[in-house]
Amino acid sequence: MISVNINGEQHELDVAPEMPLLWAIRDVVGLTGTKFGCGVAECGCCTVHLDGNAVRSCSTSCANAHGKQVTTIDVAGQKGEHKAIVARLQEAWIVEQVPQCGYCQSGQIMQAAALLAKTPKPTDEQINTTMAGNICRCGAYQSIHAAIKRAAGVTA
Amino acid sequence: MSAILNRGIFLKMTVAGGAGLALGLDLRGDAAAKGQAAVFSPNAYIAITPDGLVTVQVSKSEMGQGVMTGLPMTIAEELDYPYERMRIEQSPAGPEYYDPVSRSQQTNGSTTTPHMTDPMRKMGATARAMLLAAAAQKWGVPAAGLVTKGDGTVSDPATGRAASYGELALLAALQPVPADVKLKTPDRFRVIGQPKRRIDIPLKVNGRARYGMDVKVPGMLYASVQKPAVFGGKVVDFDATEALKVKGVKKVVQITSGVAVLADNTWSAMQGRFKLKVRYDDGKWANLSSDQIFAEAEKLANSPGAVAKHTGDADAAMKRPDVKVVAATYRGPYVAHAAMEPVNATAWVHDGIVEVWGPIQTQTAAQNVAAKIAGVPVEKVAVTTTFLGGAFGRKNETDPVEDAVEASMKAGAPVKVVYSREDDTQHDFYRSANTSVFSGAVDSTGKIVAYKLHNVNTSQFKRRAPQSMANGVDPSLVGSTVVVYELPNVHAEYTYHDLPIPTGFWRAPSTNWNSFATEVFIDELAHAAGKDPYEFRRMNIKDPRALRALDAAAEKAGWGKPLPPGVHRGIAITVLSNSIAANVVEASFSGKSVKVHRVVIATDVGMIINPAIVEAQARSSVNYGLSATLMGKIAIEKGRVVQNNFYDAPVLRHNQAPSIEVILMPPGPVAYGTGEHCTSAVGPALVNAYFAATGKRVRSLPFNDALNA
Repeated sequence: MISVNINGEQHELDVAPEMPLLWAIRDVVGLTGTKFGCGVAECGCCTVHLDGNAVRSCSTSCANAHGKQVTTIDVAGQKGEHKAIVARLQEAWIVEQVPQCGYCQSGQIMQAAALLAKTPKPTDEQINTTMAGNICRCGAYQSIHAAIKRAAGVTA
Repeated sequence: MSAILNRGIFLKMTVAGGAGLALGLDLRGDAAAKGQAAVFSPNAYIAITPDGLVTVQVSKSEMGQGVMTGLPMTIAEELDYPYERMRIEQSPAGPEYYDPVSRSQQTNGSTTTPHMTDPMRKMGATARAMLLAAAAQKWGVPAAGLVTKGDGTVSDPATGRAASYGELALLAALQPVPADVKLKTPDRFRVIGQPKRRIDIPLKVNGRARYGMDVKVPGMLYASVQKPAVFGGKVVDFDATEALKVKGVKKVVQITSGVAVLADNTWSAMQGRFKLKVRYDDGKWANLSSDQIFAEAEKLANSPGAVAKHTGDADAAMKRPDVKVVAATYRGPYVAHAAMEPVNATAWVHDGIVEVWGPIQTQTAAQNVAAKIAGVPVEKVAVTTTFLGGAFGRKNETDPVEDAVEASMKAGAPVKVVYSREDDTQHDFYRSANTSVFSGAVDSTGKIVAYKLHNVNTSQFKRRAPQSMANGVDPSLVGSTVVVYELPNVHAEYTYHDLPIPTGFWRAPSTNWNSFATEVFIDELAHAAGKDPYEFRRMNIKDPRALRALDAAAEKAGWGKPLPPGVHRGIAITVLSNSIAANVVEASFSGKSVKVHRVVIATDVGMIINPAIVEAQARSSVNYGLSATLMGKIAIEKGRVVQNNFYDAPVLRHNQAPSIEVILMPPGPVAYGTGEHCTSAVGPALVNAYFAATGKRVRSLPFNDALNA
């Protein structure tokens, strides 16, 4: 039995310990804001916060989440360790009209929140490096970049 | 239909829209839920209830290109109603939502805006005329003296009376439908041309947008399908003993495309699949390789093909003593779509009906294929279109619907088929590999006097629309190769390359390759003529819109002005249907690596419905085209795809994306497509910049492979 706190609620999950956290969140708990993109930590669609750190939930086993706090996009602007940062990012995402298909954006925002939590005023280079693991096939990269800077209050 | 839909899942989302107004997205599209008892609904797209709510149905699929915003804006314009107060819904599938040109419900080929803008505007104008007639009747005055002001009311300037659309709705429903309505002239637009915020974006920043991948039906099983890796291969038999031992796996069933492992969660289905033992008949293509494909294609390209276009006498012109002759062969690999949301679909066959949910570009095709497999009439198939997590042409194909319908029939339960990223990579309908042999001649003044080409590929049209392959010619060939330039002597040939690798529409169909070959070749002609590539294009283009876009891009990019050390420029132009894009790319090249710094792109889409969306689509397309140019490649070995996932089929990432400056050309009277054409000019401009930097011409893609060759 895996015991994990997801978005403030305690869950006892009867799943194989090696099941990736992604599938427990999506198919077992039923929270679908976190997306499946590649299954091998190459695209970042599945990014969630595990004890406040951004992790790829497709490559984090339930066993590794046991006893920990998970925050997903479904509540991240209201609850969880970086909720104020996420809320600022979500607002910036709307102002910059970032999403197109939108499928990768949960992961983009969760990754960006972890960046701003550690580096409140990131440089362009820091944004590039941190966000390089999150693929957007609609190519909204320039808008994502601008929205992170807007949320961080960094000008040009 | 509502009886069917009432049994289905209910995926309803209501969010607070702008100004605190309710904005709903009913992805089920249940007509019964809309209160038909009291509604003014002059057509299948607009419903106005006495409470004043205006509901608009969007018949096209939202895959990021903004149709769920753009189409309602065109109705709002003519209805004279605030776009922000509309309730916008994804329509169900059915004949009333067919595209008026294709006579089918489908979203592809940059056709939504050109096909739908006028019909949607007319629907809005018709509804408005009937609301005016209702007010005229109510007040006993001529309708001609009444006005609307864009706020959802009809008013009478003579008396100061006003009534809301809601108050007039039931009376409006009794008015005769006007045969002809006048559309606004652009100077009176209040909505069209405004950078309205997209209605779907709030749902896409908090995880509430529902994609096909997120569909969940009570009792649903998740399926992962093992298919023959070799194209043309078949399953002989299989042993599911070990697969069935995996926790969560419920059933294993054979379907036409392969063996489906069904489980109570996605991961268990995938794990079960790894434990399957399947024997295959690899068929006749088991030794096919990319090397063999390109070698064959080159032979075909240098043999006579089907004549696609013949004007003047190119051969004679090339023999003139005053011309310089250039010949070159260009090669492009198969390229995958790689949408972020892997291919998926959910189906439930029960009680003589079929319900389908998914990220679908072609609802009518999905209905037809599901009806055929399940043996029910088409009208017994309900298709619910979710948001599409990217598509780029891939989700035109009905393969996941076929899998899900079959698996549901065999399992007696709703089934969601989920492709892994590896499945998505290895079972795509790729942009075809291409081999294009060009030759041409320029005279001493810099005019192109001869232009010949022979293109060899596996045209998607042969499979998707065989009737369009008239005389064996890919219908996209001529139109997308020789539209911009004034070419007196042209000879174009096409040869279909008969291979088992599935090909399909890929963002900016046809131009995504043809513009590459054309625009690199034009650069080669410019060099032979001793002309500047921009000036050379100017000399050979007459189309005023094309010239204007080319000039705009060149001017903003500072063509001809000094660049930072090590940075070089290239230029290219493309036309897809009537949409034009010209761009200048600035890049630096160091050994075997390339850095693209800046892309300046001018886009002319005719009438601009929403400039913010047109701009976003231009940036999106540039990144998509740049990704394919730099690294897009699907290779074939032993009859199967070599690549697996993003680690060996890389795509453009955040740190590789250039600065992109978009120039929106002044709007014209007719609206053209916006979501694709900008894909096709960035690649050739990059290759042309490389030539400017090094004097070396890259003639095969992907570019990164060419640099490392």
